[in-house]
Amino acid sequence: MSTTKPRTLFDKVWDSHVVETLEDGTCLLFIDRHLVHEVTSPQAFEGLRMAGRKLRRPDLTIAVADHNIPTLGRAQGIKEEDSRIQVETLEANVKAFGVPYIPIMDERQGIVHIIGPELGISLPGQTLVCGDSHTSTHGALGALAFGIGTSEVEHVMATQTLQQKPSKNMRVDVSGGLPFGTSAKDVVLAIIGKIGTAGGTGHVIEYTGDTIRGMDMAGRMTVSNMTIEGGARAGMIAPDQTTFDYIKGRPYAPAGAAWEQALAYWRTLPSDPGAQYDTSVFLKAEDIAPMVTWGTTPEAVVPITGVVPNVADIADEGVRAQRQRMLDYMGLTPGQKMTDLKVDVVFIGSCTNGRIEDLRAAAAVAKGRKVAAGVRALVVPGSGLVKSQAEREGIAQILIESGFEWREPCCSMCLGMNPDKISAGQRCASTSNRNFEGRQGIGGRTHLVSPSMAAAAAVTGHFADVRELG
Amino acid sequence: MDKFTKLTGVAAPMPMANIDTDKVIPARFLKTIKRSGLGVHLFDALRYDKDGKERPDFVLNQEPYRKAEILIAHENFGCGSSREHAPWALLDFGIRCVIAPDFADIFHNNSFKNGILPVRLPRAVCDQLIEDAKLGGNARITVDLEKQVVVRPNGDEIPFKIDPFRRHLLLNGLDDIGQTMQHGKALDSYEAKRQAEQPWQPTLSA
Repeated sequence: MSTTKPRTLFDKVWDSHVVETLEDGTCLLFIDRHLVHEVTSPQAFEGLRMAGRKLRRPDLTIAVADHNIPTLGRAQGIKEEDSRIQVETLEANVKAFGVPYIPIMDERQGIVHIIGPELGISLPGQTLVCGDSHTSTHGALGALAFGIGTSEVEHVMATQTLQQKPSKNMRVDVSGGLPFGTSAKDVVLAIIGKIGTAGGTGHVIEYTGDTIRGMDMAGRMTVSNMTIEGGARAGMIAPDQTTFDYIKGRPYAPAGAAWEQALAYWRTLPSDPGAQYDTSVFLKAEDIAPMVTWGTTPEAVVPITGVVPNVADIADEGVRAQRQRMLDYMGLTPGQKMTDLKVDVVFIGSCTNGRIEDLRAAAAVAKGRKVAAGVRALVVPGSGLVKSQAEREGIAQILIESGFEWREPCCSMCLGMNPDKISAGQRCASTSNRNFEGRQGIGGRTHLVSPSMAAAAAVTGHFADVRELG
Repeated sequence: MDKFTKLTGVAAPMPMANIDTDKVIPARFLKTIKRSGLGVHLFDALRYDKDGKERPDFVLNQEPYRKAEILIAHENFGCGSSREHAPWALLDFGIRCVIAPDFADIFHNNSFKNGILPVRLPRAVCDQLIEDAKLGGNARITVDLEKQVVVRPNGDEIPFKIDPFRRHLLLNGLDDIGQTMQHGKALDSYEAKRQAEQPWQPTLSA
């Protein structure tokens, strides 16, 4: 459906993937990339099997196991039986259905949202889905990327399409230079703090502004990754020279003459001047400080210089009750300084902050310092390639010498499906994306922070303002 | 998928906002390769204490809500993880309808795929229904998808809006994959056109 009206990046990617418009505006949307992992796919493969169906486009599909696998002693196999069965089921399914697969012991294995961009699987202008809400990550390359449920995983497997209605357009613009000590994680936490956890529901967010443009791809992916925590299924960033430089030469990226053709197309993708957004939100980077969440929803966030907020003066009874529940769960009292909160565990990793740039930021703070007594600090690189690069660069050595545990790549303590969990009542400074009750282990207390802030918490034993560590 | 036409049953009041899918079903229960059997773990952390005993103050541990077929909650129900285990757990427990002011997008989609009807109603109306639901077993609520109304115990009818296409699928219990496959020709020609226009698009075959 072409139009002469100025279009957004989202409009352009959407329009070019509409196979057919069904009743009442629902569209059949063609899917360019389907990423599959072990947790949300077994029931989809089973559905295909029961209906006698196969994958329409296994050549646009790729599978990897990332949620369940151990970060220690992987070569000895998976000890937990249910986790092992889930991974073995994936391996049997990819074989039976002819799906390209990256094995666990392959160096390219890693968190699906790390390896998609890293291997050049995710590209600008594509539609990309995965049975995982953090699929929004890939939107940093200018793709329309979003998480789906298992029924939709099966639908994509069988038809390479989804039945979808177009989302609304939302623009989140961040302008100005990022202050010292802040990073993309602080930007996205500030955005969620402003729009709220449901602020983007029904929308696709396009991130604009010179702060975003000035970020490297890792930073852009961190921002895009947490879009879902603001309620929007997809976040997008217009592809530019930073994007193209990042993609060029990656294993699955187009090369030679195909590269030039791809580039010509990708350059047409950015939103047209005058394109309309249903909602626009503006932030100034200068207002952003290193952030820490205090509650059990990512919108419950304050600057590191802040205190645990008061709840008694909240007018809405429901909101007040919810906030009180958060305080009780997190073991906090209004007025407590964030910098006074001691940590038991530090987790650096996940699809939000498991890239080489994140590990470099953590190592820069950890260098020459020691993890505080009584703190357990874990670094889980996002992929095997990130891990080996960090080892080559000497980053792994810095972190190990500081007292961090250096692990093998997977989702790990972001959601505790493998043995990496925190215990009830333990407080964790985590570079992951969700601070929900029980997310990292039953009764565990998660505070979301950037990699450098996580490292600062590890070496001081409490939340600390990384700007003061120098 | 089972049809959804009209449901009359016990409604459980759960006046909480931002009930995330980790809360509906924690990650440690996602290590299954089946859809069934998750009902026992629905709202696990709210429902059981650390020894696995029922918490008597949790609504689904109380009569008549143990047999609830409808759940009424506050804003942003189903936020967070895309896990379809959330609607599977609700369904396995016996819940076929969730009423809330709004839903997170992925959960909203996943519900329809499993014959669960998510009904959006304004917060004030949800609160009214929550008060009705607190009256217990005699306060049965009806959700009529054909007429698009929720009927309160006193007989008042509250209309709700729903996407007509989704309503059609749910009323008829249609398999949407089969439905999409009827558009095979359009899909064939789209793929051919795409291949001709963007031959550079890489595939992922080994």
